[in-house]
Amino acid sequence: MSRAQVLETCDEAVAGIEDGSTVLVGGFGFAGMPFDLLDALIRQGAKDLTVVSNNAGNGEVGLAALLKAGRVRKVVCSFPRQSDSYVFDGLYRAGKIELEVVPQGNLAERMRAAGAGIGAFFCPTGAGTTLAEGKETRVIDGRTHVLEYPIKGDYALVSAHRSDPMGNLVYRKTARNFGPVMATAATTTIVQVGEVVAVGEIDPETVVTPSIYIDRIVRVESRHYTVQGAR
Amino acid sequence: MSTSTPATTAVVEHLDRGPLSTDELAAVIARDIPDGSYVNLGIGQPTRIADHLPAERGVVLHTENGMLNMGPAAVGDEIDPDLTNAGKVPVTELPGAAYFHHADSFAMMRGGHLDVCVLGAFQVSTDGDLANWHTGNPDDIPAVGGAMDLAIGAKEVLVMMTLFTKTGAPKLVPSCTYPLTGLRCVSRVYTDHATFDITPDGARLRETWGSTAADLAARLDGIVPPHG
Repeated sequence: MSRAQVLETCDEAVAGIEDGSTVLVGGFGFAGMPFDLLDALIRQGAKDLTVVSNNAGNGEVGLAALLKAGRVRKVVCSFPRQSDSYVFDGLYRAGKIELEVVPQGNLAERMRAAGAGIGAFFCPTGAGTTLAEGKETRVIDGRTHVLEYPIKGDYALVSAHRSDPMGNLVYRKTARNFGPVMATAATTTIVQVGEVVAVGEIDPETVVTPSIYIDRIVRVESRHYTVQGAR
Repeated sequence: MSTSTPATTAVVEHLDRGPLSTDELAAVIARDIPDGSYVNLGIGQPTRIADHLPAERGVVLHTENGMLNMGPAAVGDEIDPDLTNAGKVPVTELPGAAYFHHADSFAMMRGGHLDVCVLGAFQVSTDGDLANWHTGNPDDIPAVGGAMDLAIGAKEVLVMMTLFTKTGAPKLVPSCTYPLTGLRCVSRVYTDHATFDITPDGARLRETWGSTAADLAARLDGIVPPHG
């Protein structure tokens, strides 16, 4: 099915996510985090998940709530350690969760590669550091590059500002962050949006994520979360 | 009052004062950023450089979470949960701002389009290796963020740090003992006591505050020559 479905509830939107799935979760801290879809995923009950996201949760809401519910086996992220990441910190120190740290640009580009059908790519980021240990390298134009493989999701959970029923998406400010990349990189992409407007109402020149990438759409009420400070 | 050593490349010594405060150091770095540059200021102390870049300098700030021409921190009604900097602090947008997704944000960095980034550091080696992401302590949770991408991506990587640890150990070292962020990536090091150029022949003093070049070279165990 390539055509997107507009669903009434977040519970319908996350139906069928299997135990053991790899789930790409949008957001940079709270900006762009799909809170409502994550809450629905907790109710849905899928466990043993691998979550790919920039952070490993803040406070006890959103991604942190999913971690706290014990549903996540492994986190792949760039920046787990923050001033309010105590849920992840506790699980990690207790040996109850795996962590793979990936440089932020590599995290984004590896998902971009997955969505773009690139088999692997050579990238200078991290060359000579512990995060590149064991990885294939090649000197290109005098500079050491590291071979990086795509990160593909079974599901992506993304938050956007506006969509039409086809799934054309517009984001808002820095809440865009990982959304457009993750939307391309999963077998099934699920988006929560603040409003759904009629087909034709979004200027085609302003579409950020074209509809082809979107499978399920659900409109949610706007919710406000406290923005957290640095680290 | 500045005096200079008679070396070929003179070190500028400011001996009528003590080391720079963080704010003064931020101003020194801002002075050296070319007008009209595209610049990324790392989380922590480097963000304070923005306070010394008035609009007429034409410097455009990049934040890796997806924005160019980022404005100052947001206050009061300006605070918008959808608009933060890389430290997740609410910020504002300036006229001419642009938003983009994460892959584009790091592509413009890695692709050599970003003129300058300024990063904090635990250690910098005299040949320009940078260590700023992990203490190496096994009990610490590793978190790299965009540090490795910035270190290899920007055309000029500047470091802003104190020259000595709280216990007095130099942070400019012959070889980093902390886990590396990037190899041979730093071009200049700005510290409270002195600034250093990283050259093919190692670190070279440029300017000192509160110490002579000779005294600092001695405190650094001779890893830099006492002249420029």
